[in-house]
Amino acid sequence: MILKIQSITKRFGGLVAVNKVSFEVKKQEIFGIIGPNGAGKTTLFNVISGVYYPEEGKIFFNNKEITKLDCYKRARLGIARTHQIVKPLNELTVLENVMVGACFGKTNASLKESILIAEKVLNGVGLTDKKDILAAKLNVPEKKRLELARALASGPDIILLDEVLAGLNPTEADEMLQVIQKIREGGITILMIEHLMHAIMKISDRIIVLDYGAKIAEGTPEEVANNPKVIEAYLGDPDLALKFIKSKENTL
Amino acid sequence: MKKRYTLFWLIPLIVGISLIPVVTNSVIYRETVFLILMYITLAVSLNIILGYTGYVSFGHIVFYGIGGYTSFYLMYKWGIHLIIAMIIGGIVSALVALIVGEAVLKLRGAIFAIATIGINEAIKSLVTNLPFLGGATGMFFNFKIYKTYGGASKAIWFAYYLMVIVTIVTLIASYLIKNSKFGYGLFAIREDEDAATVLGVNTKRFKSIAYAVSAFFPGLVGAIFFFKAGNIEPEDAFHLVKSIEMIFMVMLGGFGTLSGPPIGALLYERLKGVLLVNPLFKNLHMAIAGFVLLIIILFAPGGIVGSLRNKFKKLRGLLE
Repeated sequence: MILKIQSITKRFGGLVAVNKVSFEVKKQEIFGIIGPNGAGKTTLFNVISGVYYPEEGKIFFNNKEITKLDCYKRARLGIARTHQIVKPLNELTVLENVMVGACFGKTNASLKESILIAEKVLNGVGLTDKKDILAAKLNVPEKKRLELARALASGPDIILLDEVLAGLNPTEADEMLQVIQKIREGGITILMIEHLMHAIMKISDRIIVLDYGAKIAEGTPEEVANNPKVIEAYLGDPDLALKFIKSKENTL
Repeated sequence: MKKRYTLFWLIPLIVGISLIPVVTNSVIYRETVFLILMYITLAVSLNIILGYTGYVSFGHIVFYGIGGYTSFYLMYKWGIHLIIAMIIGGIVSALVALIVGEAVLKLRGAIFAIATIGINEAIKSLVTNLPFLGGATGMFFNFKIYKTYGGASKAIWFAYYLMVIVTIVTLIASYLIKNSKFGYGLFAIREDEDAATVLGVNTKRFKSIAYAVSAFFPGLVGAIFFFKAGNIEPEDAFHLVKSIEMIFMVMLGGFGTLSGPPIGALLYERLKGVLLVNPLFKNLHMAIAGFVLLIIILFAPGGIVGSLRNKFKKLRGLLE
């Protein structure tokens, strides 16, 4: 068990953004989080990565409690993330962006080593030819890949992907899915939020569904897609859910 | 690793300029070059917090004043040697930055800038009201103090050489920070502090250290300047206009670059020199500086060095 979330509650004033959510993520799993807009998915990510502290509940990472640990210390333990709204370091080059990840994450590389690591990672996500331009000059799909590269360079055990597929066209999304598969094969656990249903159904081993901050379902993609609560809250059309599963069988 | 040649021309340039008064044995040149060196050091140290870390320390002159007052008092009261007094002055400035930074570095953007002005004004009021520091009229050296250095004339040359060394040390420190892991952490903070934290940068500690380092060198400058002047008073030591001049020099040369602040400082000193002796402009130099600053921010936010780097990609190794 690499990550254990135990009855986490996060409130903003009167609003309960995350309500007693619990789940466990196994090593090298691809674990999906879905739910309608405002369901608390990104807040949950912020709680796991240490941007916010929860009011209630506990978080364990590699059997160590990290509920109150500083955000930067979690990065050093091996929790990396990407942001839904990309946060490139604009006035640094693409290479330098990734070097920052390698220097300060779990890798804790020296500046010299970080260059080699960054080049290798950029090659993996297909940004090698852009490495010397400023991050501000990238387009959105490239910025998403940069976020991913930066997270990977930090040498994480688990990586939290917040809608890395959003805004990508189908070809780009497919490429990204392959990259994600490759990351998992490299031994890294993946926790991902995604709105593209066919993609997350296809790639995840297990999924949880959040609605109004609470977990309403957990299971394999099939189980979740057939869960009446989920269909009501999120998928809407039961036939659509079946279609997703079919497309999974066809393409994988 | 990219080839980095900037210091190979920057340090010889500064040494070259510093030698002019020595070779010509001219007191006038010495005063001019002393001012240039002082401006360079102030601009380069401000750049560490403003340019590298992205925190606009508007009242940065406070550390020059603190270093000046600390060392002046040590020399005045106990006759401590300038070099020791200067280093203690720098350390006190850095310590004040560490303590004050605990509070103000939590603020971001304009609020931080305003808070730093507040610090300058608060410390100025404090010093003005402390009788043992001479209150509003400050302190004056007895000429006997210069005897240790072989008389007043030699003492001033001594201060000049010390200023040359401090300038070069500051530049090297700025270079080392820029090309270190620590420097990359600061750049990450400048670009996006939240992203930096998530990437594993201990932003709180990095900001504190950057602030302390950028306070240390102005402390040294203050010590040398007021030793040479022979008197110190609150209005001179905590003069907010000097703070604005520092920001202007950094922006003119190119914030966040290594060679920008020294170039900006050099140009600013020359500009000020020309305007001050011109009867038409002598009271207008701040107004003109303000206008130029506006033009820079609007049309060349990277300053001189930033714009050159964008235009001539091949020069990047030389213009860091």
